[in-house]
Amino acid sequence: MSEDRLSRVFAALADPTRRDIVARLSVGDATVGQLAAPYDVSIQAVSKHLKVLEDAGLVSRSHDAQRRPRHLEADVFDLMTAWIERYRRQAEERYRRLDAVLAAMDDDNPKIHHQKGAAS
Amino acid sequence: MSTNATHESTTEQTRIEADPNVPTIRIIRDFDAPPDKVFRAWIDPELVAKWLGPKSTEMRIDEWDARTGGNYRYAAVQDGAEVATFYGSFHEVRPDERLVQTFTWEGMPDGVSLDTMVFEDLGDGRTRTVGLSVLDSFEARDGMMASGMDVGVYEGYEKLDALLANA
Repeated sequence: MSEDRLSRVFAALADPTRRDIVARLSVGDATVGQLAAPYDVSIQAVSKHLKVLEDAGLVSRSHDAQRRPRHLEADVFDLMTAWIERYRRQAEERYRRLDAVLAAMDDDNPKIHHQKGAAS
Repeated sequence: MSTNATHESTTEQTRIEADPNVPTIRIIRDFDAPPDKVFRAWIDPELVAKWLGPKSTEMRIDEWDARTGGNYRYAAVQDGAEVATFYGSFHEVRPDERLVQTFTWEGMPDGVSLDTMVFEDLGDGRTRTVGLSVLDSFEARDGMMASGMDVGVYEGYEKLDALLANA
């Protein structure tokens, strides 16, 4: 998955309603009306969420012109993998800052390296 | 200097494991420093402030009593404004070996994770840290993994670049 695609997927999944929609589509295709039913929001609001999911390539419309049910393109395992990868990158960034801190500690705190003794 | 041929490149890689059956996150990472040094970077507030906070924010430590039974509280500050506050207790501080903390984001005051960090001596002046966070639900676990999503993972590498440049 390209980085750009990945960022769109992350952005799409940042919203709890959209995560819920994805979870429900993982069980089976559903129409906008069916997807909107459990929420206290309008069909239009759900359509907007679906548009974001479609733009991210996560959801598609099937060819059934009458009902136009939505279909989940990615399986949940792929989504979880992408999600974890993003979290991993954040952790890696944090730990690279720690690498830099560890590298700088030698210079900042010479007193803790007393075992070096009187050399130089 | 090492003659160990199994050493990989100096660019370390963090590993993440999110268990499908229990709401936990495991984070594994090796460091080119001995356990006592890595441990100190984890508990000395001046050092912690340099790396723990999210990038593009400043970490303001309000309380930090890193001993068994102690507590901590810190805020992420961006352009002078608090964007998030976290607090918890140091359940166990076992020097150079093990650090157990509770962790709560004040934005979700009912949520708490139990974070255990183990510092394994790999020899040759290297350390493997294995962190295990246990959350109280999958919703909380997934919420934690999604946190900071709006900050954007691809933006603002300046802070990291600056630190690496000084390394």
